[in-house]
Amino acid sequence: MNMEREGQVRIPSGCAIAALISREGRMMSGETIIRAMKPMHERSNGLGGGFAGYGIYPEYREFYALHLFFDDHAARRECEVFLKEYFEIVKSEIIPTRKIPEITDEPVIWRYFLAPLKSMLFNLQLDEKEFVAHAVMKINTQIRGSYVFSSGKNMGAFKAVGYPEDVGLFYNLEEYEGYSWTAHGRYPTNTPGWWGGAHPFTLLDYSVVHNGEISSYDANRRYIEMFGYKCTLQTDTEVITYILDYLVRVQGLTLNEAANVIAAPFWSTIAGEKNREAAERHAYLRTIFPSLLITGPFSIVLGFTGGLMALNDRLKLRSMVVGEKDDRVFIASEEAAIRAMCADAENIYSPAGGEPVIVRVNEGVQL
Amino acid sequence: MSVDFIYPEFEVIRNEDRCIACRVCERQCANEVHFFSPERGKMMSDEAKCVDCQRCVSLCPTRALKIVKSDCALRENANWQNNTIKEIYKQASSGGVLLSSMGNPNPLPVYWDRILINASQVTNPPIDPLREPMETKVSLGKKPKKITRDESGRIVCSLSPQIDLQMPVMFSAMSYGSISYNAHASLARAATELGIRYNTGEGGLHEDFYQYGKNTIVQVASGRFGVHEAYLEAGSAIEIKMGQGAKPGIGGHLPGMKIVGDVSRTRMIPEGCDAISPAPHHDIYSIEDLRQLVFSLKEATEYRKPVIVKVAAVHNIAAIASGIARSGADIIAIDGFRGGTGAAPTRIRDNVGIPIELALASVDQHLRDEGIRDNVSLVVGGSIRSAADVVKAIALGADAVYIATAALLALGCHLCRTCQSGKCNWGIATQRPDLVKRLNPDIGSQRLVNLMTAWRHEIMELMGGMGINSIEALKGNRLMLRGVNMTEKELEILGISHAGA
Repeated sequence: MNMEREGQVRIPSGCAIAALISREGRMMSGETIIRAMKPMHERSNGLGGGFAGYGIYPEYREFYALHLFFDDHAARRECEVFLKEYFEIVKSEIIPTRKIPEITDEPVIWRYFLAPLKSMLFNLQLDEKEFVAHAVMKINTQIRGSYVFSSGKNMGAFKAVGYPEDVGLFYNLEEYEGYSWTAHGRYPTNTPGWWGGAHPFTLLDYSVVHNGEISSYDANRRYIEMFGYKCTLQTDTEVITYILDYLVRVQGLTLNEAANVIAAPFWSTIAGEKNREAAERHAYLRTIFPSLLITGPFSIVLGFTGGLMALNDRLKLRSMVVGEKDDRVFIASEEAAIRAMCADAENIYSPAGGEPVIVRVNEGVQL
Repeated sequence: MSVDFIYPEFEVIRNEDRCIACRVCERQCANEVHFFSPERGKMMSDEAKCVDCQRCVSLCPTRALKIVKSDCALRENANWQNNTIKEIYKQASSGGVLLSSMGNPNPLPVYWDRILINASQVTNPPIDPLREPMETKVSLGKKPKKITRDESGRIVCSLSPQIDLQMPVMFSAMSYGSISYNAHASLARAATELGIRYNTGEGGLHEDFYQYGKNTIVQVASGRFGVHEAYLEAGSAIEIKMGQGAKPGIGGHLPGMKIVGDVSRTRMIPEGCDAISPAPHHDIYSIEDLRQLVFSLKEATEYRKPVIVKVAAVHNIAAIASGIARSGADIIAIDGFRGGTGAAPTRIRDNVGIPIELALASVDQHLRDEGIRDNVSLVVGGSIRSAADVVKAIALGADAVYIATAALLALGCHLCRTCQSGKCNWGIATQRPDLVKRLNPDIGSQRLVNLMTAWRHEIMELMGGMGINSIEALKGNRLMLRGVNMTEKELEILGISHAGA
């Protein structure tokens, strides 16, 4: 049977997620987050795992770090022609990996540190981030055999087909140091096993790991595609990432406000809200962004420069717990994963449906 | 018998054993089918006058009556069907244009019936609306493109005028004149109780109904009947009627016999004078003219009311809708070719326009492709028959639907399709006081509330099955739909996959 490629067919999946951050911006190797995924092995089925680390490329912090999968070297050369036209490439290299029997059929995996050409920015009248976002969309939809899976500054996503703990080993994540990490193990119901389909899903420095299957998918997708986004993967995570990028970067909402759009309070809750200003704001956001309400089960962790946001759907149809220890905050699908990261984690609780948990690195901390 | 003779379409079957000659049927039939024959000492009927409205059947206390289709037929011919031949006889005899009422009855495709709805299994939980919150509220109107903040960083919550509906269904335009005072009273009261809207149609607004203004859409049509400042101020939205699904490209004609008393006063035309709405608005010969009328109405009401532009679904509806979306309108209402009417030329009703399902799908997609879907809300009508049709319309991309035939059925209409006669035995499409009083607005409004309450429950059940807990998340969610019995092209236009794919 000729299976359709990911993106040509919608693939529901269940999953495991985990994340940790140091509020003091202390660097932690990828080893801890890999450990979190081990007790949640059963939540994945070996068809996708991945990680995102923030603060991992301090020496290139000024440059966009693009991670790409290529089907072959011909695709890489074709893509590089495109990149050179739009960007100054400061460094390009193979992303080092470790050969292990659990991870096979790897594509060509490469990374580039680059800066948009000033003349291009001027000609296209785009701000830098918009320019990079456009370039990513263009590569992912128009350049054969090339796929950008990470495009932020001083951060990077690493993902593959396999169990997450093996994926971490494959990418040598113990050798990277970051102040914040997210992780994902995937349980798709059907997939031809394409590496791009694994999580995290990223755009610029936003990364999303997600557990759930949203029932609002096509309403959200068809709306967000009006604003230049192209959902090439037909996965929830991709559309959630674009929605957050649109609300926060393009519309200038705070993370809290963005959470109030995608996991909006019920009208009955708004009616009972005592703070009139808050009630008015909630009603306003629901009225102007009705198509960005996300329904169906989800728990997500959004990673961004300097912080994390965890959010459940408003009915809390997926498990998600939060804990802390000293300056570190832990988020995971299961408490066991938090215990694996930190045996004596404290204040473990389950955030309510629709209640965003936003953790930021303390003010003044240099990242 | 002459060459024109057409054997009656229906037969009145009276069970002589049951009939007690109480003469209820006689009193109830405005068409004068039934009469008592003293010579024979029993009830008789003139079937030629029967329209099969079922009034006598419903009220016969001994269940002695039934109306059946006559089996006296012309010789079968697949090409020259009975109806076609009879219409020719009528026209050869009268030289006139044939008139019909209600929606197109012909067996043309009903796409709603070829679309199936999804449900959650395993990977995603269905939601029980009896246990979990389930929201059906929608706001119709223009949505701002950009969030703005004041100096202290607070979001400025300013919005173009919106209409909030507790469920995405409204009662569509039916003028006072085409339907009765009691029918309007029922619609107005039900809309108020339900937190939705009804639409005055083009005949003005009776002063008794100004009290329901918050739940009223006032219509401005090409005849401008009953339009004045207080009328425009009375409603919560103003609808410019450019066209109607049952008769795209033509205006309306309410015969003088219906322009009596209050109808004449409300329409602001003399009694007995035919009310003729021209085919076009004579101040709108192009899109820029429409823009001027939209803004004239907004100026007149100080930009406090959304303006709806209602058009019939015609061939290039997507381009037309895109023009309307850029003309200042807040809401576009599209009426499909199966939409109802109080009277329309038969040839036009049965042959002009396109199905609402295809029009909706193509308009919604076109507006998205152009990035202007947020400029307007989309309301569709033209034969929405059930909660399932509502769910399918929303999933294809509508913000809300208009219903009229279904609402009339709730009021007692039996779809006999002879509204144009003015002798509606159910008190709906008539101005005869003895007939109008048969429709009790207390009961009528309650039946409308019942119908909408039932639909709302069904909508919630269907949404819950899909794992959706708010109607917003259903809007345009075409992955929730699959087609059966459709060609690739039909699926492509609807933007859905075939079942199994």
